[in-house]
Amino acid sequence: MIKKVVKNAEIAIKGIEDNMTLMLGGFGLSGIPENSIAALRKSAATNLTCISNNAGVDDFGLGLLLQTRQIKKMISSYVGENDLFEKLMLSGELEVDLIPQGSLAERCRAAGAGIPAFFTPAGYGTEVAEGKEVREFNGKPHILEHAFNADFAFVKAWKGDEAGNLIFKGTSRNFNPLMAMAGKITVAEVEELVPAGELNPNEVHTPGIFVQRIFKGAHYEKRIEQRTVRQR
Amino acid sequence: MALDKNGIAQRIAQELEDGYYVNLGIGIPTLVANYIPKGISVEFQSENGILGMGPFPYEDEVDADLINAGKQTITAMPGAAFFDSAMSFAMIRGQHVQLTVLGAMEVSESGDIANWKIPGKMVKGMGGAMDLVASADNIIVAMMHTNRAGQSKLLKACSLPLTGVACVKKVVTDLALLEITERGFELKELAPGVTVEQVKNATEGTLIVDGDIPEMQLS
Repeated sequence: MIKKVVKNAEIAIKGIEDNMTLMLGGFGLSGIPENSIAALRKSAATNLTCISNNAGVDDFGLGLLLQTRQIKKMISSYVGENDLFEKLMLSGELEVDLIPQGSLAERCRAAGAGIPAFFTPAGYGTEVAEGKEVREFNGKPHILEHAFNADFAFVKAWKGDEAGNLIFKGTSRNFNPLMAMAGKITVAEVEELVPAGELNPNEVHTPGIFVQRIFKGAHYEKRIEQRTVRQR
Repeated sequence: MALDKNGIAQRIAQELEDGYYVNLGIGIPTLVANYIPKGISVEFQSENGILGMGPFPYEDEVDADLINAGKQTITAMPGAAFFDSAMSFAMIRGQHVQLTVLGAMEVSESGDIANWKIPGKMVKGMGGAMDLVASADNIIVAMMHTNRAGQSKLLKACSLPLTGVACVKKVVTDLALLEITERGFELKELAPGVTVEQVKNATEGTLIVDGDIPEMQLS
């Protein structure tokens, strides 16, 4: 079996350099690679371009790398809920590329699937379409979107095995399987790491071929952004 | 009397049909789930990756791995399914979702919608809204008729950066239900106690009033 298991996040992020492009899974704070983000902060790598649906909150998630000014550019679909982000963006310290969520997902998937570009109706007629090729299919205009190119992808799964196979839980799956496909080096962190043979192959969401390094996260805070409950 | 947010949601819920898969946006649209008409079954899709979204959890059911696109904790109904974001938007772009309800800052009489950015002021991003409005056949906007400054949100042309072009079919506000046709905003129903005059005064775009306009029936 190809050896993929590494001991911890610090070893898993080996090879990270300034100016690299990273993908980070998660939707809001759900399914984010908490341990890898902590290790990236320690690494002090700077001028990073981060592709992630959101940018965390002020003191958690990617917000931690904004605090240390390690991120040069964010490519996201939604960045509310983060005051520091807004301040850095308005002052011009942080470059931001906002793109439709479905296009963000598909650009990750395409990168991993060997599809260099695709046409989508999302964003036609808006500023998102500026400078992009427009073509009509079935009488409807579509814009050309390109696959991403990422040096590293950091994803978080619920369970993983030594072969790199991953299973996600609930809505924490989101962008993780797509980014796993897209990274030149994909680092998966999991809550539970089991020997090969213990995951049911029928239930694997991300096959191990997409994962180069895997480790068991030392700690998961799993912070909730909007705790909404009903009364009994 | 003009409708409150719950009233708007209640009227939109009457547009649900048996067997619909529905995507509800953040804000007023979320409330639509509270008013599903008796005798029909619908399923809610949330674009972060769930079909069969249920109500908010009880305190002891809260799960950080189970949220909706507004990042609120939720539950999953029997028969629910989870999937990744590319699959989720395949459902949306592939028109497998029958109804999309979302909020807006502005809607134009030709069906353009703006709801993601106020230049220099608010830049939160479009999230999934651009994919939703570009693809869905049936889009209803839920919003107040005027903004906090009292200015109309139903315009000849949107002044804010667009989210989508010529896509909105219907608007339900605190004052009225309007359909967008080639002629402009066609007034179809008035909120209880609201007059045609009030709607006219609050609508900057072309308002079409044909004959007597019925009052909304909210039971």
